[in-house]
Amino acid sequence: MVRFKDLPEEELFLAGSTACQGCPSSLALRIAFKALGKNTLLIVVASCTSVLQGSYPFSAINLPLMNVAFATGGASASGVSAGIKALAKRGELEEEPTVLVWAGDGGTYDIGIQSLSGAAERETDFIYVCYNNEMYSNTGTQRSGATPLGAWTTTTPGGKSQHRKDISQIMIAHRIPYVATVSLAYPLDFYQKMEKAKSIKGTKYIEIMAPCPPGWKFPSSQMIEVSRLAVQSGMWLLYEHEDGETRFTAATKRILEGKVKRKPVKDYLEIQGRFRQILSSPEGQQAEDLLEEEVSESIRRLQGWVPEYI
Amino acid sequence: MRVLETGNHLVALAANASAVEVVPAYPITPQTQIIEMIAELIAEGKMDAEYIPVESEHSACAALVSSSLTGARSFSATSSHGLAYMHEMLHYAAGIRVPVVLVNVNRALGPGWNIWCDHQDSISQRDTGWLQVYVASHQEAVDTVIQAFRITEDSSVLMPMMINMDAFVLSHTYMDAEVPDREEVAKYLPPYRPRWRLDVRKPVTHGSVVYPVDFSETRESMQIGQANAREVVTRAAEEFREMFGRWHGDLVEPYMMDGARYVIVALGSLAAESKVAVDSLRARGKEVGLLRVRFFRPFPNEELRALCAGREGLLVIDRDYSYGNEGALFTETKGALFGHVDVPARNLIVGLGGRDVTFEQIEGFVEKAWAGELEDVTWGDSHISPAHEVTREILCEFSELLDKDS
Repeated sequence: MVRFKDLPEEELFLAGSTACQGCPSSLALRIAFKALGKNTLLIVVASCTSVLQGSYPFSAINLPLMNVAFATGGASASGVSAGIKALAKRGELEEEPTVLVWAGDGGTYDIGIQSLSGAAERETDFIYVCYNNEMYSNTGTQRSGATPLGAWTTTTPGGKSQHRKDISQIMIAHRIPYVATVSLAYPLDFYQKMEKAKSIKGTKYIEIMAPCPPGWKFPSSQMIEVSRLAVQSGMWLLYEHEDGETRFTAATKRILEGKVKRKPVKDYLEIQGRFRQILSSPEGQQAEDLLEEEVSESIRRLQGWVPEYI
Repeated sequence: MRVLETGNHLVALAANASAVEVVPAYPITPQTQIIEMIAELIAEGKMDAEYIPVESEHSACAALVSSSLTGARSFSATSSHGLAYMHEMLHYAAGIRVPVVLVNVNRALGPGWNIWCDHQDSISQRDTGWLQVYVASHQEAVDTVIQAFRITEDSSVLMPMMINMDAFVLSHTYMDAEVPDREEVAKYLPPYRPRWRLDVRKPVTHGSVVYPVDFSETRESMQIGQANAREVVTRAAEEFREMFGRWHGDLVEPYMMDGARYVIVALGSLAAESKVAVDSLRARGKEVGLLRVRFFRPFPNEELRALCAGREGLLVIDRDYSYGNEGALFTETKGALFGHVDVPARNLIVGLGGRDVTFEQIEGFVEKAWAGELEDVTWGDSHISPAHEVTREILCEFSELLDKDS
């Protein structure tokens, strides 16, 4: 069991970042870098993280870093991984570095899914982290494939009328060795999952729930609180998938073991401005019911629920 | 080593001789033989490289860029729609300054689907920052692949390089060529050791946000790389000739230009065909010469001015078209001459989508152009009739017919 005092003191995410106050990506980078250490090559897919690292000639990230085009997270990792193998053959590497891709939900669920899927199928040895703020925050909060039903964005002005997709399940279907979901409200769970991902060979997929204060419309001081409620309400489930089995972790595990009662989805929706409109509309109750059902269905599926007709 | 092979296979052998370390590639006709052979050479242990079977050309170019940024020599090949699909990443490769080499087997773009030769694919990538060379023979393809790494990896250049080779005419025909082995090439082409790369011992941020205050400088530095390439191309070719005895180093290759009164300007295999036309015209006492433009980027502006001065006229042959204007080589050639050399020029559009172009046809058009009988732009082998024109009237007629049937 890792404790906070066990975390390395050295910061690879430095001062001078241009992130917004309360930015989940910058906190996540800090924790991830502590878990992976200095022998890491970082690939940043076009996103808020391309911007928050600072602008030329400054950089807040003290790792070798390559910013890449929106649709290329997976392919860029395959290229770097092959390059590392070539350098290793020359005898130029003491220890093969960890390849880390850092992408938002737009670069993962939507424009980058083909490239990510290709890299996973090729069994590229890398960690892909999706920090999921459920919208295109960098371009000013537009709808993505990760935006939940009912949420306001600038391109769903009346609230999104479709469900989000479950990309972690899509990644599990690639038969990769490790898939995990994490939350910033449970940083040690996150840290341990990153450490585990580092120790496994092959494609590892980790997804972070990343509540975006300006995009979701809540005070920046509440980022951890919103992260916690996402888990407590079941709107974000913490688990890891390894060797064909899904294991729930942290608060999700406690809920499913019956030790803690799951909070209503409504509690989570009500602390964010992006659901205010739908909740006060005539369709508010229906949206809430659909999201409750989405949570139950996700849990049943993760528990290995098989439909009766099989 | 003397080998009898297809143009595609020769390119694969040349990549192997160049000690390529990473090859991300996606198959497309007519490029497939290149990557099949590379995969085979690797499987047989004859090539020591990482092959990345990417799921698209966009990813092929992304992996090409990122593998090169780790410091590994990287190579790929594509064609037509594949090159078009790479478009964003072509800009990326040039902007992030990786010295990668890409062979593009020139093929038409659909629709309608057409797998045969034309230059629309590479001409459409004119402004991506890549060095573009067009080869006209199997041996030139081999030698240019090897020289390409010397050119693009030169620290004064560091712009990616695209080698264009005509589909089928060169890619699928068999020809014997000299392919130097790895040891010989190693004496000419030192290992790739970049100053800037992804290195945990020296963390550097590549491709970060650049504000307007610095942006123009990044773009001008790309142009400086292109401009420097002019001299590096010559130097690389001279050293190549010293070692291997063959010359492929002109930005524009002159043929029978002594005393030439009328001049053909062309790219790739059409220029090779034009040589035969020049010979035939010369045999009939017509003083015609040929300028084969090898490098489309950097464009041989000064060379063309010097070579075209005092001629009676030019016939610029394009196997591409910039819709709404004219052939791209025509525009570029005129641009080079404008304000410096006053020569009347005509544009011949032929050979699109692999239509065969014979030296007799070229001869005929040269004579017509010289006699002042050609328009500015002539679609030389297109015989359009009202049946080919998609007009509103035809569409209306067609829908009426459908109505009648139903």
